[in-house]
Amino acid sequence: MTKGLLRVFTAGSVDDGKSTLIGRLLYDTKSIYEDQYESIKASSELRGEENVNLALLTDGLRAEREQGITIDVAYRYFSTPQRKFIIADTPGHIQYTRNMVTGSSNADLAIIMVDARNGITEQTRRHTLITSLIGIKHIVVCVNKMDIVDFKREVFEKIRHEFQSFSSTLEVANVQFIPVSALSGDNVVHKSEKIAWYKGETLLEYLENVNATNDENRLDFRFPVQYVIRPQSKEYHDYRGYAGIVASGVIKKGDTVTALPSGFSSKIKSIETYDGPIEGVVSGMSVTILLEDDIDISRGDILVRENNRPITEQNIDLMICWLNERKLAIGSRYAIKHTTKDLKGIVKDVQYKINIDTLQQVEDDKEIGLNDVGRISIRTTSPLFFDSYLKNRNTGSLILIDETTNETVGAGMIV
Amino acid sequence: MRSKNSHLNTLESESIYILREVAAQFEKTALLFSGGKDSIVLSHLARKAFWPAKIPFPLLHIDTGHNFPETIRYRDDWVKKIDARLIVKYVQDSIDKGRVKEEKGYNASRNLLQTVTLLDAIEELKLDAAIGGARRDEEKARAKERFFSHRDEFGQWNPKDQRPELWNLFNGRKNIGEHFRVFPLSNWTELDVWQYIKEENIPIPSIYYSHPRECINRDGQLISMSDFLLAKETEEIGSYTVRFRTIGDMSCTGAVISNASNIDEVIEEISVSRVTERGTRSDDKRSEAAMEDRKKAGYF
Repeated sequence: MTKGLLRVFTAGSVDDGKSTLIGRLLYDTKSIYEDQYESIKASSELRGEENVNLALLTDGLRAEREQGITIDVAYRYFSTPQRKFIIADTPGHIQYTRNMVTGSSNADLAIIMVDARNGITEQTRRHTLITSLIGIKHIVVCVNKMDIVDFKREVFEKIRHEFQSFSSTLEVANVQFIPVSALSGDNVVHKSEKIAWYKGETLLEYLENVNATNDENRLDFRFPVQYVIRPQSKEYHDYRGYAGIVASGVIKKGDTVTALPSGFSSKIKSIETYDGPIEGVVSGMSVTILLEDDIDISRGDILVRENNRPITEQNIDLMICWLNERKLAIGSRYAIKHTTKDLKGIVKDVQYKINIDTLQQVEDDKEIGLNDVGRISIRTTSPLFFDSYLKNRNTGSLILIDETTNETVGAGMIV
Repeated sequence: MRSKNSHLNTLESESIYILREVAAQFEKTALLFSGGKDSIVLSHLARKAFWPAKIPFPLLHIDTGHNFPETIRYRDDWVKKIDARLIVKYVQDSIDKGRVKEEKGYNASRNLLQTVTLLDAIEELKLDAAIGGARRDEEKARAKERFFSHRDEFGQWNPKDQRPELWNLFNGRKNIGEHFRVFPLSNWTELDVWQYIKEENIPIPSIYYSHPRECINRDGQLISMSDFLLAKETEEIGSYTVRFRTIGDMSCTGAVISNASNIDEVIEEISVSRVTERGTRSDDKRSEAAMEDRKKAGYF
């Protein structure tokens, strides 16, 4: 049996070889098609490059190819007999950190690239911090370009040590280190003969075997109502179905649920899909729920179990990743999206900003600008029904939107 | 019923979530329908997302006039079957009105002209969202797309400055005159689409299966003979056993030699194929960034 889908993203500084690594992974698993290979081969020759540049597989935009950098996330798909993978190749440039955040937010696992010659850089620290804030439970640190440092074990051990000491304060469950050369393929798919001192798994072996399926919250049933289905046809005259995706937990027909904010409870009459009714449903499935009683429920409301309710609060503390050139300002109002609910909020305070180099909390620096990370307090126009982000990614996350530009300016993780 | 752990369940749920999000966030939506397998799967998912209600938006076909006749027959049957409303806008009308000029010569195609007809339709119908079946695995510029992709008032895509898209929180806010392109099949691969068609038993146009056809071989592409194709004197017409891996205009979609005459054989063929499906599309081959350039201008 296959292990299903694994969502992975790459992070690290510019030129650490993220795109090349993905190219290598695809090439060595025979996931590159002949016409794609011919096309990047021709492009590499046109550019006067010596070898076929595998990074061109993901750097698909004209501007990216011109500059040899990744600007926005590119998604790649491949499968092995064990698993199906979605890989987001995210930019290393500090300027495009917001796109790295985009690529990481739905991932199960991060591949953090470190150039063996340069060791840990500011971007390595920034990306590792964001990875831990986003709640990624598994990190693989690929120490890349081992070929240039003569495959020396000391170089690898030094970087491993450095990474462990700076990341010890961060919350990441599982960190692995693998010495690789993306350019020559050592330890990516095939075991390297030149790195005989490394006895662990290759990157692909690790990706195939890692157990990332138990990371979902199966305890707390949360069903944000996304859309109310009312056919208003003869056959389905009184039909009122609450459509949505189960954010977490499980529920079955006959269970009692409470709708928030109204607080009314009812029993689940049926759980429906186009393919017919089902007995029970788990997180991640899109379904339509019908209740026995006629209570007023609309988009933005949430169905939960009577005795397992989310936190209800208007004053909320969150960790914020700032994604816009316009700085966050205390006293400013923003539009907020949280689950299927739209509301507004005002920034009451910046508690601290995180110093990327030391990972220390800096309390006297309240200026949160592009790519900064900090902890803020907001007050919302109406009560929010949420869980802490650590417990529940789906009910603990929100975005801030600048109402004058409509841009998404902040990624918030409720503390 | 497929196994509970199938990744197709995950993809289906994700796509249904996106479709419902579109219906909830936008006022006037259309689903761009070409009669190709991706837009067929997309409209099937839309049926599922809103059942037992009807799909709350129409299908919009931008008709180049260069269709395979099988596609049009299929389209009309399918629309009835899923109880949807169909709007057709014709590239010929854009040509007659002088909005676009027909390309001339052997490689003439109406592919580029569609963009104008599409943008005109979006304006005329006052659409604030157009749902498309494009997938990220198809092409390198499409690999960069968001699910909710913002378009400015000229219908243009700005790939260098896309909105962040976090978790499953989709920001569809926009100013008047702007719109969104939404791609619920972003994470599907070609093989996923075919496996889904099989598991869901979805009918598809007959030209996806092996059949005899008169073609010419132009630059390695087998192009079907039709009224829309100007063959050079040196080009020999031959009879081939082919099928189509993608369906676009007759004049720019290449056929592949194939004996795959049912869904299992098609899946078998795709699984071992060493070329991408867009490899059969001469519209992608005009330059290295042909898709990016067309997308920036407002193409599908």
